[in-house]
Amino acid sequence: MYTVGLFVPCYVDQFYPQVAIASLQLLEKLGCKVVVPLNQTCCGQPMANSGFARLSAGCDKNFVRNFTGFDYIVCPSGSCALHVKEHLESTEEPGTANKIRSSVYELTEFLTDVLNVTEWKGRFPHRVGLHNSCHGQRGLQLSSMSELVAPAFSKPVQLLRQISGLHLLLPERSDECCGFGGTFCVFEEAVSVKMGKDRIQEHERNEVDYITGGDMSCLMHLQGILKRKNSVVQVLHIAELLNACYE
Amino acid sequence: MSSLHASLAEKFNADEARTNWHDQTLWWVRQKRDRAANMLVEWEQLRQWASDIKDHTLSNLHNYLLEFEKNAQDNGIKVHWARDGEEHNRIIYEIIQAAGIKKIVKSKSMLTEECHLNPYLQHKGIEVVDTDLGERIVQFREEAPSHIVLPAIHLKKEDVSNTFHQHLGTEKGNNDPQYLTHAARLHLREKFVQSDLAITGVNFAVAETGGIVVCTNEGNADMGAHAAKIHIACMGFEKIIPKAEHLGVFTRLLARSATGQPITTYTSHFHRPAPGQEMHIILVDNGRSRQLGRDDFRNSLKCIRCAACFNTCPVYRRSGGHSYHTAVAGPIGSILNPNLDMKANADLPFASTLCGSCSNVCPVKINIHEQLWKWRQVISAEGLTAPSKKMGMQLMAWVLSKPAVYRFSGAAARWILRTLPFLAKNRKLNPWYKQRELPEAPKESFMEWYKKQQS
Repeated sequence: MYTVGLFVPCYVDQFYPQVAIASLQLLEKLGCKVVVPLNQTCCGQPMANSGFARLSAGCDKNFVRNFTGFDYIVCPSGSCALHVKEHLESTEEPGTANKIRSSVYELTEFLTDVLNVTEWKGRFPHRVGLHNSCHGQRGLQLSSMSELVAPAFSKPVQLLRQISGLHLLLPERSDECCGFGGTFCVFEEAVSVKMGKDRIQEHERNEVDYITGGDMSCLMHLQGILKRKNSVVQVLHIAELLNACYE
Repeated sequence: MSSLHASLAEKFNADEARTNWHDQTLWWVRQKRDRAANMLVEWEQLRQWASDIKDHTLSNLHNYLLEFEKNAQDNGIKVHWARDGEEHNRIIYEIIQAAGIKKIVKSKSMLTEECHLNPYLQHKGIEVVDTDLGERIVQFREEAPSHIVLPAIHLKKEDVSNTFHQHLGTEKGNNDPQYLTHAARLHLREKFVQSDLAITGVNFAVAETGGIVVCTNEGNADMGAHAAKIHIACMGFEKIIPKAEHLGVFTRLLARSATGQPITTYTSHFHRPAPGQEMHIILVDNGRSRQLGRDDFRNSLKCIRCAACFNTCPVYRRSGGHSYHTAVAGPIGSILNPNLDMKANADLPFASTLCGSCSNVCPVKINIHEQLWKWRQVISAEGLTAPSKKMGMQLMAWVLSKPAVYRFSGAAARWILRTLPFLAKNRKLNPWYKQRELPEAPKESFMEWYKKQQS
């Protein structure tokens, strides 16, 4: 049995608790002992990506305090997982910080690479579009990238293809950024929204019921645009989708 | 609050149909690049070799530059060294003056854009005609190139037709590309014949041979250099490669990365002046040695100016080259320009979502998106970010490092969004809300829910 520390991104904790609940339930159903460190807050990415990595020492310290001692730390976000992997630092406990960095897994890679999940009990009879988030894809290499001459693979697609009834539809530009980009979404509002609109248009052309993905931040941005135009397309984090298929 | 790039990009996006067209045109170039790359099973190996050769060269630049200088001089080429753009321009002016020349043709050289050569010479009463078709178009319009390979990519054929009608007297409303190109051809031929001096850029300079290579699709560098009495080739000193045998690695990558062609139409090798001709090469620093001294940014000097990072960049495609307000736009420009003027270009490293596509297409494997991230740290440490942003970040860092404060602030923010939504639902004050709905604020955070479950 795997003991897993559940790393919940701050914005998921506050605005999308259902994503963290789904992650917790799914991991438990798959036989993991899930520990939720109660004093976790944020990985520090919002500051670091804005040029203020030097201000994220407090977040790093708190993260180390909460996640020391786990062999597996699982996060339902490629972006937050990548940030910890690349930037978590501790001047007092550099060894512990290194151990944490190498123990962090994004949820879908934990399912495919550690738990080796291949079968799902439930069905998801819907048309589903996948949004590949950049940090998960290009940063954590959860799937092959359209720019490289390399064999094709995708950990989220591998999982979604196992779900009976699920009709997976990939957008024409399979790995173009949605435009969220952290604080980019407000500091470069016009380009950010245009990028999101263009992603949505491709999914709408595929007549999807849901856009799923591994990062709620990208989905939150797409959801904001979809809601403003009263679209029938919904966003659904991949943890929620998979959890719904494991009853 | 809005940065220069953000406000110029917003203006660009005001015409959505045109933004779509710009995005799709450049995406088409990216797709051509993908097809060309996928034809070569050794593509990733080529990228690695190119990267290794450039890394090696940058680490031994001093020796290779001197080797190049010696071999070029032995071939009869006059070699000049320029510390900065001003010195580069002055050297050219002195050559022009010594020969008593008034008319000059110039093929594409981003370095001369970087050094603002055209306005400098025009100010001295010397006519410079850009002979690359795209560059000639933007020159007529008194605009800067918006792309380093496709300088007029921001313009549609209707725009070109209007410009040519105005400057070349072509038929009004005739948008036929063949007709317009023919008019440009006649116009440029006349300029080639009249000119006594040709300026070209340099794609590669080979230390071993003292020769240079210039790649064009229009043959305009050759037309200029062959017709004129004097040929001046201008290069940033990072264009050097050690040996002729390395050229194949780069020429195979360059055109495929740039436009998806297997090779540029003209790949011209210049080794020595033709009989009766004078040939000069200007080796320019202009901040490059400073960049070479920055550990985190030195490998930006590996760039071979293919613009693949422009074409793949989802931000560039939707904001246009002019929104970068510099000679070299796009992701590579955003890591080169802060070195030239950190204050004026402090906005550029933030004009990115850090999606990483640029690093993946780069034929010489520059870690562009990582350098964008690192420039953000440098720029903020230098105090070049808006004070309001800094205060916001300090507050955020404080809240997020204290679990109890974080929980309280989260609950308070959700309460405000639920009970006083008008505070956040303000299209003028909240950029998120301008074109997007806010997420719903749940009554319970995950942690609150989890603690209840546990008790």
